[in-house]
Amino acid sequence: MADVKKVATRQSYGEALKELGAVHDNLVVLDADLANATKTDIFKKAFPERHFDCGIAEANMMDVAAGMSTLGLVPFVSTFAMFASGRAFEMVRNTIGYPHLNVKIGATHGGISVGEDGASHQCCEDFALMRSIPGMTIMSPSDDVEARAMVKAAYEMNGPVYLRFCRLATPVIHEEGFDFKVGKGEVLSEGTDVAIIANGILVPEALEAAKVLAEQGISARVINMGTVKPLDEEIVLKAARECGKIVTVEEHSIIGGLGEAVCSCVAEHCPVPVKRIGVNDEFGHSGPAVELLKQFGLCADNIVAQTKALLGK
Amino acid sequence: MTAEQKKALQLRAVSVREGILTSTHGAKAGHPGGSLSSADLFTYLYFAEMNIDPENPKWEERDRFVLSKGHTAPGLYSALAERGFFPKEDLPTLRHVGSYLQGHPNMNTVPGVDMSTGSLGQGISAAAGMAKAAKFLNKDFRVYTLLGDGELAEGQVWEATMFAAHYKLDNLCIIVDLNGLQIDGPTSVVMNTAPVDEKFEAFGCKVVEIDGNDFDELEHGFKKFHKNIGKGKPTVILMRTTKGKGVSYMENQVGWHGKAPNDEEYAIGMADLAAIRKQIEEA
Repeated sequence: MADVKKVATRQSYGEALKELGAVHDNLVVLDADLANATKTDIFKKAFPERHFDCGIAEANMMDVAAGMSTLGLVPFVSTFAMFASGRAFEMVRNTIGYPHLNVKIGATHGGISVGEDGASHQCCEDFALMRSIPGMTIMSPSDDVEARAMVKAAYEMNGPVYLRFCRLATPVIHEEGFDFKVGKGEVLSEGTDVAIIANGILVPEALEAAKVLAEQGISARVINMGTVKPLDEEIVLKAARECGKIVTVEEHSIIGGLGEAVCSCVAEHCPVPVKRIGVNDEFGHSGPAVELLKQFGLCADNIVAQTKALLGK
Repeated sequence: MTAEQKKALQLRAVSVREGILTSTHGAKAGHPGGSLSSADLFTYLYFAEMNIDPENPKWEERDRFVLSKGHTAPGLYSALAERGFFPKEDLPTLRHVGSYLQGHPNMNTVPGVDMSTGSLGQGISAAAGMAKAAKFLNKDFRVYTLLGDGELAEGQVWEATMFAAHYKLDNLCIIVDLNGLQIDGPTSVVMNTAPVDEKFEAFGCKVVEIDGNDFDELEHGFKKFHKNIGKGKPTVILMRTTKGKGVSYMENQVGWHGKAPNDEEYAIGMADLAAIRKQIEEA
Protein backbone atom coordinates (compact mmCIF):
# COMPACT_ATOMS: atom_id res chain seq x y z
CA MET A 1 0.00 0.00 0.00
CA ALA A 2 3.01 2.24 -0.54
CA ASP A 3 1.26 4.34 -3.17
CA VAL A 4 -1.81 4.98 -1.02
CA LYS A 5 -2.31 8.55 0.14
CA LYS A 6 -2.04 8.82 3.91
CA VAL A 7 -3.32 11.65 6.13
CA ALA A 8 -3.66 11.95 9.90
CA THR A 9 -7.25 12.79 10.80
CA ARG A 10 -6.02 15.51 13.19
CA GLN A 11 -4.64 17.21 10.08
CA SER A 12 -8.05 16.85 8.41
CA TYR A 13 -9.60 18.42 11.51
CA GLY A 14 -7.40 21.51 11.36
CA GLU A 15 -7.99 21.96 7.66
CA ALA A 16 -11.74 21.45 7.96
CA LEU A 17 -11.90 24.08 10.72
CA LYS A 18 -10.14 26.55 8.47
CA GLU A 19 -12.48 25.78 5.59
CA LEU A 20 -15.61 26.09 7.74
CA GLY A 21 -14.27 29.14 9.51
CA ALA A 22 -14.09 30.96 6.20
CA VAL A 23 -17.83 30.48 5.76
CA HIS A 24 -19.08 30.80 9.34
CA ASP A 25 -18.15 33.82 11.47
CA ASN A 26 -19.55 32.26 14.63
CA LEU A 27 -17.14 29.32 14.59
CA VAL A 28 -14.46 29.78 17.25
CA VAL A 29 -11.71 27.45 18.38
CA LEU A 30 -10.35 26.87 21.87
CA ASP A 31 -7.18 24.98 22.60
CA ALA A 32 -5.16 24.12 25.68
CA ASP A 33 -1.58 24.80 24.62
CA LEU A 34 -1.62 22.03 22.02
CA ALA A 35 -2.58 23.88 18.83
CA ASN A 36 0.53 22.57 17.17
CA ALA A 37 -0.41 18.97 17.87
CA THR A 38 -4.19 19.14 17.55
CA LYS A 39 -3.66 21.06 14.30
CA THR A 40 -5.97 23.88 15.31
CA ASP A 41 -2.92 26.02 14.50
CA ILE A 42 -4.06 25.75 10.88
CA PHE A 43 -7.24 27.60 11.87
CA LYS A 44 -5.28 29.94 14.12
CA LYS A 45 -3.07 31.03 11.25
CA ALA A 46 -6.10 31.93 9.15
CA PHE A 47 -8.29 33.38 11.92
CA PRO A 48 -6.11 34.41 14.87
CA GLU A 49 -8.89 36.56 16.34
CA ARG A 50 -11.14 33.49 16.62
CA HIS A 51 -8.64 31.13 18.20
CA PHE A 52 -8.45 31.30 21.98
CA ASP A 53 -5.67 29.57 23.84
CA CYS A 54 -6.83 28.59 27.31
CA GLY A 55 -3.47 27.40 28.59
CA ILE A 56 -3.03 24.01 30.19
CA ALA A 57 -6.40 24.13 31.93
CA GLU A 58 -8.81 21.78 30.19
CA ALA A 59 -11.53 21.85 32.85
CA ASN A 60 -11.86 25.61 32.58
CA MET A 61 -11.69 25.44 28.79
CA MET A 62 -14.70 23.12 28.50
CA ASP A 63 -16.87 25.38 30.63
CA VAL A 64 -15.64 28.54 28.92
CA ALA A 65 -16.83 26.95 25.68
CA ALA A 66 -20.17 26.18 27.30
CA GLY A 67 -20.57 29.83 28.28
CA MET A 68 -19.57 31.02 24.82
CA SER A 69 -22.09 28.74 23.14
CA THR A 70 -24.95 30.45 25.00
CA LEU A 71 -24.18 33.60 22.99
CA GLY A 72 -24.57 31.84 19.66
CA LEU A 73 -20.94 31.05 19.04
CA VAL A 74 -20.08 27.51 17.95
CA PRO A 75 -16.93 26.58 19.86
CA PHE A 76 -14.72 23.72 18.76
CA VAL A 77 -12.75 22.78 21.88
CA SER A 78 -9.53 20.92 21.31
CA THR A 79 -7.06 18.95 23.31
CA PHE A 80 -5.91 15.34 23.44
CA ALA A 81 -8.65 12.73 23.86
CA MET A 82 -7.24 11.78 27.25
CA PHE A 83 -7.81 15.24 28.69
CA ALA A 84 -10.98 16.09 26.79
CA SER A 85 -12.85 12.97 27.83
CA GLY A 86 -10.94 12.02 30.97
CA ARG A 87 -9.71 15.02 32.86
CA ALA A 88 -12.64 17.20 31.85
CA PHE A 89 -15.30 14.47 31.96
CA GLU A 90 -17.38 16.09 34.65
CA MET A 91 -17.28 19.49 32.97
CA VAL A 92 -18.44 17.93 29.73
CA ARG A 93 -21.11 15.97 31.58
CA ASN A 94 -22.50 18.74 33.75
CA THR A 95 -21.94 22.00 31.92
CA ILE A 96 -22.10 20.87 28.26
CA GLY A 97 -24.07 17.61 28.28
CA TYR A 98 -26.70 18.34 30.92
CA PRO A 99 -27.83 21.67 29.39
CA HIS A 100 -27.27 20.13 25.90
CA LEU A 101 -25.16 23.06 24.73
CA ASN A 102 -23.88 23.50 21.22
CA VAL A 103 -20.22 22.70 21.93
CA LYS A 104 -18.06 20.56 19.65
CA ILE A 105 -15.20 18.70 21.26
CA GLY A 106 -12.38 18.02 18.84
CA ALA A 107 -10.32 15.39 20.62
CA THR A 108 -7.11 14.38 18.91
CA HIS A 109 -4.56 11.69 19.76
CA GLY A 110 -7.16 9.02 20.45
CA GLY A 111 -6.12 5.39 20.94
CA ILE A 112 -2.75 3.70 21.29
CA SER A 113 -1.56 4.96 17.90
CA VAL A 114 -0.40 8.00 19.87
CA GLY A 115 2.70 5.84 20.03
CA GLU A 116 5.85 6.87 21.82
CA ASP A 117 4.18 9.04 24.51
CA GLY A 118 2.94 5.85 26.12
CA ALA A 119 -0.02 4.87 28.29
CA SER A 120 -0.57 8.23 30.02
CA HIS A 121 -1.51 9.76 26.67
CA GLN A 122 -3.06 6.76 24.90
CA CYS A 123 -6.77 7.27 25.50
CA CYS A 124 -8.71 4.06 24.94
CA GLU A 125 -11.62 5.00 27.20
CA ASP A 126 -13.12 8.05 25.52
CA PHE A 127 -15.98 6.31 23.70
CA ALA A 128 -17.00 4.66 26.97
CA LEU A 129 -16.94 7.91 28.90
CA MET A 130 -18.70 9.98 26.27
CA ARG A 131 -21.31 7.28 25.49
CA SER A 132 -22.47 7.52 29.07
CA ILE A 133 -23.55 11.16 28.66
CA PRO A 134 -27.17 11.53 27.49
CA GLY A 135 -27.50 13.40 24.20
CA MET A 136 -23.81 13.24 23.30
CA THR A 137 -23.07 12.46 19.65
CA ILE A 138 -19.78 10.63 19.10
CA MET A 139 -17.94 10.45 15.79
CA SER A 140 -14.77 8.61 14.88
CA PRO A 141 -13.64 9.08 11.27
CA SER A 142 -11.99 6.36 9.23
CA ASP A 143 -9.95 8.68 7.06
CA ASP A 144 -9.26 12.21 5.92
CA VAL A 145 -12.36 12.57 3.77
CA GLU A 146 -14.73 11.31 6.44
CA ALA A 147 -13.01 13.41 9.11
CA ARG A 148 -13.59 16.59 7.18
CA ALA A 149 -17.18 15.63 6.46
CA MET A 150 -17.73 14.96 10.17
CA VAL A 151 -16.39 18.35 11.24
CA LYS A 152 -18.85 19.96 8.85
CA ALA A 153 -21.71 17.76 10.06
CA ALA A 154 -20.84 18.55 13.67
CA TYR A 155 -21.01 22.26 12.95
CA GLU A 156 -24.32 21.92 11.16
CA MET A 157 -26.10 19.95 13.88
CA ASN A 158 -27.27 21.41 17.17
CA GLY A 159 -26.02 19.96 20.45
CA PRO A 160 -22.83 18.53 21.89
CA VAL A 161 -20.56 16.42 19.70
CA TYR A 162 -17.41 14.49 20.55
CA LEU A 163 -15.10 14.02 17.57
CA ARG A 164 -12.18 11.64 17.91
CA PHE A 165 -9.16 12.11 15.68
CA CYS A 166 -5.84 10.30 15.50
CA ARG A 167 -2.20 11.27 15.38
CA LEU A 168 -1.00 8.66 12.91
CA ALA A 169 -1.25 9.21 9.15
CA THR A 170 -3.50 6.50 7.75
CA PRO A 171 -4.82 5.56 4.28
CA VAL A 172 -7.55 7.60 2.61
CA ILE A 173 -10.31 5.19 1.61
CA HIS A 174 -13.16 7.52 0.65
CA GLU A 175 -13.60 9.48 -2.55
CA GLU A 176 -13.88 13.26 -2.27
CA GLY A 177 -17.49 14.33 -1.94
CA PHE A 178 -18.39 11.35 0.29
CA ASP A 179 -21.79 11.98 1.82
CA PHE A 180 -21.53 11.44 5.59
CA LYS A 181 -24.73 11.24 7.58
CA VAL A 182 -24.69 11.47 11.38
CA GLY A 183 -25.87 8.20 12.90
CA LYS A 184 -25.57 6.18 9.70
CA GLY A 185 -23.15 3.34 9.15
CA GLU A 186 -21.70 2.63 5.74
CA VAL A 187 -21.35 -0.73 4.01
CA LEU A 188 -17.93 -0.64 2.39
CA SER A 189 -18.01 -4.14 0.99
CA GLU A 190 -20.80 -6.68 0.80
CA GLY A 191 -20.55 -10.09 2.39
CA THR A 192 -22.71 -12.83 3.86
CA ASP A 193 -20.62 -15.07 6.15
CA VAL A 194 -19.68 -12.50 8.75
CA ALA A 195 -19.93 -8.74 9.29
CA ILE A 196 -16.88 -6.78 10.37
CA ILE A 197 -18.02 -3.54 11.99
CA ALA A 198 -15.13 -1.14 12.43
CA ASN A 199 -14.40 2.52 12.88
CA GLY A 200 -11.55 4.98 13.03
CA ILE A 201 -8.17 4.20 11.58
CA LEU A 202 -8.84 0.45 11.76
CA VAL A 203 -11.37 0.57 8.92
CA PRO A 204 -8.65 0.24 6.27
CA GLU A 205 -7.35 -2.78 8.24
CA ALA A 206 -10.83 -4.30 8.21
CA LEU A 207 -11.02 -3.83 4.44
CA GLU A 208 -7.64 -5.45 4.05
CA ALA A 209 -8.75 -8.36 6.25
CA ALA A 210 -11.89 -8.83 4.16
CA LYS A 211 -9.74 -9.16 1.04
CA VAL A 212 -7.60 -11.85 2.65
CA LEU A 213 -10.71 -13.64 3.92
CA ALA A 214 -12.23 -13.54 0.44
CA GLU A 215 -9.14 -15.26 -0.93
CA GLN A 216 -9.81 -18.00 1.60
CA GLY A 217 -13.44 -18.33 0.59
CA ILE A 218 -14.97 -16.28 3.43
CA SER A 219 -17.39 -13.55 2.45
CA ALA A 220 -17.07 -10.70 4.96
CA ARG A 221 -19.25 -7.60 4.96
CA VAL A 222 -17.33 -4.53 6.10
CA ILE A 223 -19.25 -1.76 7.79
CA ASN A 224 -17.70 1.57 8.68
CA MET A 225 -19.47 2.81 11.83
CA GLY A 226 -18.33 6.42 11.88
CA THR A 227 -20.92 7.45 14.45
CA VAL A 228 -20.44 5.56 17.72
CA LYS A 229 -23.49 7.23 19.23
CA PRO A 230 -26.28 7.23 18.26
CA LEU A 231 -25.56 3.76 16.94
CA ASP A 232 -27.02 2.82 13.55
CA GLU A 233 -29.02 -0.12 14.91
CA GLU A 234 -30.67 -0.80 11.59
CA ILE A 235 -27.40 -1.58 9.82
CA VAL A 236 -26.20 -3.67 12.79
CA LEU A 237 -29.38 -5.76 12.94
CA LYS A 238 -29.45 -6.23 9.18
CA ALA A 239 -25.87 -7.52 9.42
CA ALA A 240 -26.83 -9.79 12.33
CA ARG A 241 -29.73 -11.27 10.38
CA GLU A 242 -27.93 -11.64 7.06
CA CYS A 243 -24.44 -12.63 8.22
CA GLY A 244 -25.18 -14.34 11.54
CA LYS A 245 -21.85 -13.42 13.13
CA ILE A 246 -20.20 -10.09 13.90
CA VAL A 247 -16.65 -8.94 14.55
CA THR A 248 -16.17 -5.45 15.90
CA VAL A 249 -12.91 -3.55 15.46
CA GLU A 250 -11.95 -0.33 17.21
CA GLU A 251 -8.89 1.43 18.57
CA HIS A 252 -10.48 1.58 22.01
CA SER A 253 -10.91 -0.59 25.05
CA ILE A 254 -13.19 -3.54 24.42
CA ILE A 255 -15.03 -2.16 27.46
CA GLY A 256 -17.63 0.49 26.73
CA GLY A 257 -16.90 1.29 23.11
CA LEU A 258 -18.25 0.34 19.69
CA GLY A 259 -17.99 -3.37 20.45
CA GLU A 260 -20.14 -3.16 23.52
CA ALA A 261 -22.63 -0.88 21.79
CA VAL A 262 -23.02 -3.49 19.04
CA CYS A 263 -23.27 -6.30 21.63
CA SER A 264 -26.03 -4.49 23.51
CA CYS A 265 -27.93 -3.91 20.32
CA VAL A 266 -27.82 -7.50 19.06
CA ALA A 267 -28.30 -9.01 22.53
CA GLU A 268 -31.62 -7.19 22.87
CA HIS A 269 -32.93 -7.50 19.33
CA CYS A 270 -31.19 -10.29 17.41
CA PRO A 271 -28.68 -12.33 19.42
CA VAL A 272 -25.72 -13.50 17.35
CA PRO A 273 -22.13 -14.33 18.34
CA VAL A 274 -19.88 -11.26 18.48
CA LYS A 275 -16.11 -11.06 18.75
CA ARG A 276 -14.80 -7.72 19.97
CA ILE A 277 -11.38 -6.67 18.74
CA GLY A 278 -9.94 -3.69 20.57
CA VAL A 279 -7.55 -2.95 23.38
CA ASN A 280 -8.16 -5.60 26.01
CA ASP A 281 -8.48 -4.59 29.65
CA GLU A 282 -4.94 -3.22 29.86
CA PHE A 283 -2.92 -0.03 29.42
CA GLY A 284 -0.80 0.68 26.38
CA HIS A 285 2.90 1.47 26.36
CA SER A 286 5.53 3.38 24.40
CA GLY A 287 6.57 2.40 20.93
CA PRO A 288 6.14 3.32 17.28
CA ALA A 289 2.42 3.51 16.46
CA VAL A 290 2.39 0.92 13.68
CA GLU A 291 4.31 -1.53 15.83
CA LEU A 292 1.91 -0.99 18.75
CA LEU A 293 -1.15 -1.52 16.57
CA LYS A 294 0.29 -4.87 15.46
CA GLN A 295 1.29 -5.83 18.98
CA PHE A 296 -2.19 -5.12 20.31
CA GLY A 297 -3.83 -7.05 17.50
CA LEU A 298 -5.32 -3.95 15.89
CA CYS A 299 -4.33 -5.01 12.39
CA ALA A 300 -5.58 -6.94 9.38
CA ASP A 301 -3.73 -10.12 10.34
CA ASN A 302 -5.43 -10.38 13.70
CA ILE A 303 -8.83 -9.45 12.26
CA VAL A 304 -8.42 -12.35 9.81
CA ALA A 305 -7.37 -14.73 12.59
CA GLN A 306 -10.15 -13.73 14.98
CA THR A 307 -12.79 -13.83 12.25
CA LYS A 308 -11.76 -17.32 11.24
CA ALA A 309 -11.79 -18.42 14.86
CA LEU A 310 -15.30 -17.03 15.29
CA LEU A 311 -16.42 -18.93 12.19
CA GLY A 312 -14.69 -22.10 13.40
CA LYS A 313 -12.35 -22.11 10.43
CA MET B 1 -29.22 55.52 46.52
CA THR B 2 -31.94 57.41 48.36
CA ALA B 3 -33.24 56.35 51.74
CA GLU B 4 -36.49 55.39 50.04
CA GLN B 5 -34.75 53.20 47.47
CA LYS B 6 -32.75 51.55 50.19
CA LYS B 7 -35.87 50.84 52.22
CA ALA B 8 -37.55 49.34 49.16
CA LEU B 9 -34.57 47.03 48.63
CA GLN B 10 -34.56 46.02 52.28
CA LEU B 11 -38.23 45.11 52.07
CA ARG B 12 -37.65 43.16 48.87
CA ALA B 13 -34.84 41.28 50.57
CA VAL B 14 -37.27 40.23 53.31
CA SER B 15 -39.60 38.85 50.65
CA VAL B 16 -36.70 37.04 48.98
CA ARG B 17 -35.80 35.50 52.35
CA GLU B 18 -39.42 34.45 52.88
CA GLY B 19 -39.28 32.75 49.48
CA ILE B 20 -36.14 30.90 50.53
CA LEU B 21 -37.88 29.55 53.64
CA THR B 22 -41.07 28.75 51.75
CA SER B 23 -39.28 26.87 48.98
CA THR B 24 -36.94 24.84 51.18
CA HIS B 25 -39.80 24.11 53.59
CA GLY B 26 -41.88 22.94 50.62
CA ALA B 27 -38.98 20.85 49.32
CA LYS B 28 -38.17 19.39 52.74
CA ALA B 29 -34.58 19.82 51.55
CA GLY B 30 -32.25 22.39 50.07
CA HIS B 31 -29.72 24.97 51.18
CA PRO B 32 -31.17 27.87 53.17
CA GLY B 33 -27.96 29.03 54.92
CA GLY B 34 -26.01 30.25 51.90
CA SER B 35 -29.19 31.38 50.16
CA LEU B 36 -29.97 33.68 53.09
CA SER B 37 -26.43 35.05 53.31
CA SER B 38 -26.64 36.00 49.63
CA ALA B 39 -30.26 37.18 49.71
CA ASP B 40 -29.32 40.88 49.82
CA LEU B 41 -26.98 40.37 46.88
CA PHE B 42 -29.66 38.56 44.84
CA THR B 43 -32.04 41.40 45.64
CA TYR B 44 -29.54 44.08 44.68
CA LEU B 45 -28.61 42.31 41.43
CA TYR B 46 -32.18 41.78 40.24
CA PHE B 47 -33.71 45.03 41.52
CA ALA B 48 -30.90 47.58 41.26
CA GLU B 49 -27.99 46.33 39.22
CA MET B 50 -28.71 44.05 36.29
CA ASN B 51 -30.18 45.02 32.95
CA ILE B 52 -32.80 42.32 32.47
CA ASP B 53 -36.37 41.85 31.26
CA PRO B 54 -38.59 39.32 33.07
CA GLU B 55 -40.96 39.40 30.10
CA ASN B 56 -38.15 38.35 27.82
CA PRO B 57 -35.74 36.19 29.85
CA LYS B 58 -33.66 35.26 26.78
CA TRP B 59 -33.26 38.87 25.61
CA GLU B 60 -29.90 38.87 23.84
CA GLU B 61 -28.60 42.14 25.27
CA ARG B 62 -29.36 41.26 28.90
CA ASP B 63 -26.77 41.12 31.63
CA ARG B 64 -25.94 37.53 32.58
CA PHE B 65 -25.78 35.96 36.02
CA VAL B 66 -24.23 32.57 36.73
CA LEU B 67 -24.77 31.06 40.15
CA SER B 68 -21.50 29.20 40.50
CA LYS B 69 -22.50 28.15 44.01
CA GLY B 70 -25.50 26.42 42.48
CA HIS B 71 -26.73 24.84 45.71
CA THR B 72 -28.09 28.24 46.76
CA ALA B 73 -30.69 27.96 44.02
CA PRO B 74 -33.48 28.77 46.53
CA GLY B 75 -32.03 32.28 46.86
CA LEU B 76 -31.78 32.78 43.11
CA TYR B 77 -35.23 31.30 42.44
CA SER B 78 -36.81 33.44 45.09
CA ALA B 79 -35.27 36.62 43.64
CA LEU B 80 -36.30 35.62 40.10
CA ALA B 81 -39.86 34.95 41.23
CA GLU B 82 -39.92 38.21 43.16
CA ARG B 83 -38.75 40.02 40.02
CA GLY B 84 -41.53 38.41 37.99
CA PHE B 85 -39.75 35.73 35.97
CA PHE B 86 -42.22 33.11 37.21
CA PRO B 87 -45.00 32.89 39.82
CA LYS B 88 -43.97 33.00 43.47
CA GLU B 89 -46.66 30.39 44.10
CA ASP B 90 -44.41 27.84 42.39
CA LEU B 91 -41.58 28.20 44.93
CA PRO B 92 -42.85 25.44 47.25
CA THR B 93 -42.59 22.95 44.35
CA LEU B 94 -38.80 23.23 44.62
CA ARG B 95 -37.15 19.81 44.23
CA HIS B 96 -40.49 18.07 43.66
CA VAL B 97 -40.93 15.48 40.93
CA GLY B 98 -42.24 17.28 37.87
CA SER B 99 -41.27 20.77 39.06
CA TYR B 100 -39.22 23.01 36.82
CA LEU B 101 -37.47 24.25 39.95
CA GLN B 102 -34.71 21.66 40.03
CA GLY B 103 -32.53 21.27 43.13
CA HIS B 104 -29.74 23.06 41.29
CA PRO B 105 -30.27 25.70 38.59
CA ASN B 106 -31.35 24.37 35.19
CA MET B 107 -31.15 26.93 32.39
CA ASN B 108 -33.52 24.93 30.22
CA THR B 109 -36.39 24.83 32.69
CA VAL B 110 -36.20 27.96 34.85
CA PRO B 111 -36.89 31.34 33.21
CA GLY B 112 -34.09 33.75 34.05
CA VAL B 113 -31.44 31.14 34.77
CA ASP B 114 -28.53 31.80 32.40
CA MET B 115 -26.47 28.66 33.07
CA SER B 116 -27.03 25.24 34.57
CA THR B 117 -24.78 24.90 37.59
CA GLY B 118 -24.38 22.89 40.75
CA SER B 119 -21.00 21.26 40.44
CA LEU B 120 -18.75 23.76 42.20
CA GLY B 121 -16.02 25.62 40.37
CA GLN B 122 -17.67 25.36 36.97
CA GLY B 123 -20.02 28.34 36.92
CA ILE B 124 -17.20 30.87 37.08
CA SER B 125 -15.65 29.29 33.98
CA ALA B 126 -18.94 29.47 32.09
CA ALA B 127 -19.32 33.09 33.17
CA ALA B 128 -15.80 33.83 31.93
CA GLY B 129 -16.75 32.21 28.62
CA MET B 130 -19.79 34.47 28.36
CA ALA B 131 -17.69 37.53 29.16
CA LYS B 132 -15.07 36.53 26.60
CA ALA B 133 -17.77 35.91 23.98
CA ALA B 134 -19.37 39.29 24.77
CA LYS B 135 -16.03 41.00 24.14
CA PHE B 136 -15.55 39.05 20.93
CA LEU B 137 -19.03 39.99 19.71
CA ASN B 138 -18.65 43.62 20.81
CA LYS B 139 -21.59 43.35 23.16
CA ASP B 140 -21.50 45.66 26.14
CA PHE B 141 -23.59 43.68 28.59
CA ARG B 142 -22.05 42.52 31.84
CA VAL B 143 -21.58 39.09 33.35
CA TYR B 144 -21.91 38.39 37.07
CA THR B 145 -21.09 35.21 38.91
CA LEU B 146 -21.43 34.28 42.56
CA LEU B 147 -19.15 31.83 44.36
CA GLY B 148 -19.07 30.49 47.88
CA ASP B 149 -15.97 30.71 50.03
CA GLY B 150 -15.78 26.93 50.35
CA GLU B 151 -15.94 26.76 46.56
CA LEU B 152 -12.61 28.59 46.35
CA ALA B 153 -10.92 25.29 47.20
CA GLU B 154 -11.83 24.04 43.72
CA GLY B 155 -8.76 24.41 41.51
CA GLN B 156 -10.92 25.31 38.53
CA VAL B 157 -11.86 28.61 40.20
CA TRP B 158 -8.25 29.68 39.78
CA GLU B 159 -8.02 28.38 36.23
CA ALA B 160 -11.03 30.55 35.43
CA THR B 161 -9.66 33.58 37.28
CA MET B 162 -6.36 33.25 35.40
CA PHE B 163 -8.32 33.07 32.13
CA ALA B 164 -10.41 36.12 33.03
CA ALA B 165 -7.35 38.19 33.89
CA HIS B 166 -5.39 36.97 30.87
CA TYR B 167 -8.17 38.01 28.51
CA LYS B 168 -8.75 41.29 30.40
CA LEU B 169 -12.40 40.49 31.09
CA ASP B 170 -13.31 43.74 32.82
CA ASN B 171 -16.95 43.03 31.93
CA LEU B 172 -16.89 40.16 34.42
CA CYS B 173 -17.81 40.64 38.06
CA ILE B 174 -16.82 37.76 40.33
CA ILE B 175 -18.65 37.91 43.64
CA VAL B 176 -17.59 35.74 46.56
CA ASP B 177 -19.88 35.14 49.52
CA LEU B 178 -17.53 34.99 52.49
CA ASN B 179 -19.93 33.62 55.08
CA GLY B 180 -17.11 31.59 56.59
CA LEU B 181 -18.98 28.30 56.84
CA GLN B 182 -19.23 25.24 54.64
CA ILE B 183 -20.82 21.80 55.06
CA ASP B 184 -18.18 20.27 57.32
CA GLY B 185 -17.52 23.38 59.40
CA PRO B 186 -15.75 26.74 59.33
CA THR B 187 -13.92 27.32 56.05
CA SER B 188 -10.81 28.22 58.03
CA VAL B 189 -10.86 24.69 59.49
CA VAL B 190 -12.05 22.59 56.54
CA MET B 191 -9.66 24.16 54.03
CA ASN B 192 -8.39 27.61 54.73
CA THR B 193 -8.80 29.77 51.63
CA ALA B 194 -7.49 32.96 53.25
CA PRO B 195 -6.10 35.40 52.32
CA VAL B 196 -8.72 35.59 49.58
CA ASP B 197 -8.07 39.24 48.67
CA GLU B 198 -4.37 38.72 48.10
CA LYS B 199 -5.02 35.61 46.02
CA PHE B 200 -7.36 37.38 43.61
CA GLU B 201 -5.08 40.41 43.44
CA ALA B 202 -2.12 38.18 42.66
CA PHE B 203 -4.17 36.61 39.86
CA GLY B 204 -4.65 40.05 38.32
CA CYS B 205 -8.08 41.15 39.52
CA LYS B 206 -9.38 44.38 41.03
CA VAL B 207 -10.63 43.48 44.48
CA VAL B 208 -13.21 45.33 46.57
CA GLU B 209 -14.34 44.19 50.00
CA ILE B 210 -17.80 44.99 51.31
CA ASP B 211 -20.41 43.95 53.85
CA GLY B 212 -22.72 41.84 51.70
CA ASN B 213 -25.68 42.30 54.00
CA ASP B 214 -25.67 46.09 53.65
CA PHE B 215 -27.19 47.77 50.60
CA ASP B 216 -25.03 50.90 50.80
CA GLU B 217 -21.97 48.68 50.68
CA LEU B 218 -23.38 46.55 47.86
CA GLU B 219 -23.96 49.75 45.90
CA HIS B 220 -20.38 50.81 46.64
CA GLY B 221 -19.05 47.45 45.42
CA PHE B 222 -20.92 47.53 42.13
CA LYS B 223 -20.02 51.18 41.53
CA LYS B 224 -16.39 50.08 41.79
CA PHE B 225 -17.14 47.39 39.22
CA HIS B 226 -18.66 49.96 36.84
CA LYS B 227 -15.60 52.16 37.25
CA ASN B 228 -13.30 49.25 36.47
CA ILE B 229 -15.00 48.47 33.17
CA GLY B 230 -12.62 49.46 30.39
CA LYS B 231 -9.58 49.12 32.60
CA GLY B 232 -8.71 45.60 31.54
CA LYS B 233 -9.11 43.69 34.79
CA PRO B 234 -11.94 41.54 36.13
CA THR B 235 -13.54 42.84 39.32
CA VAL B 236 -13.85 40.67 42.41
CA ILE B 237 -16.34 41.69 45.07
CA LEU B 238 -15.55 39.96 48.34
CA MET B 239 -18.64 40.24 50.46
CA ARG B 240 -18.58 39.36 54.10
CA THR B 241 -21.97 37.99 55.12
CA THR B 242 -23.74 36.14 57.88
CA LYS B 243 -24.76 32.63 56.91
CA GLY B 244 -28.46 32.14 57.58
CA LYS B 245 -28.94 35.94 57.79
CA GLY B 246 -32.40 37.02 58.95
CA VAL B 247 -33.56 33.76 60.54
CA SER B 248 -32.65 33.76 64.22
CA TYR B 249 -31.83 30.10 64.73
CA MET B 250 -29.98 29.74 61.40
CA GLU B 251 -27.55 32.64 61.73
CA ASN B 252 -23.94 31.44 61.81
CA GLN B 253 -25.06 27.84 62.33
CA VAL B 254 -23.20 25.44 60.10
CA GLY B 255 -25.97 22.87 60.50
CA TRP B 256 -28.26 25.01 58.36
CA HIS B 257 -26.05 24.77 55.29
CA GLY B 258 -28.16 22.10 53.69
CA LYS B 259 -31.21 21.38 55.82
CA ALA B 260 -34.84 22.48 55.44
CA PRO B 261 -36.93 23.96 58.23
CA ASN B 262 -39.73 21.74 59.57
CA ASP B 263 -43.21 23.19 60.12
CA GLU B 264 -42.40 24.64 63.52
CA GLU B 265 -39.05 26.06 62.42
CA TYR B 266 -40.69 27.48 59.32
CA ALA B 267 -43.23 29.34 61.45
CA ILE B 268 -40.50 30.76 63.69
CA GLY B 269 -38.44 31.81 60.67
CA MET B 270 -41.38 33.52 59.00
CA ALA B 271 -42.13 35.33 62.28
CA ASP B 272 -38.49 36.46 62.46
CA LEU B 273 -38.78 37.89 58.96
CA ALA B 274 -42.13 39.52 59.70
CA ALA B 275 -40.51 41.28 62.67
CA ILE B 276 -37.66 42.49 60.45
CA ARG B 277 -40.17 43.78 57.89
CA LYS B 278 -42.03 45.68 60.63
CA GLN B 279 -38.76 47.15 61.85
CA ILE B 280 -37.87 48.37 58.36
CA GLU B 281 -41.33 49.81 57.77
CA GLU B 282 -41.29 51.68 61.05
CA ALA B 283 -37.73 52.99 60.67
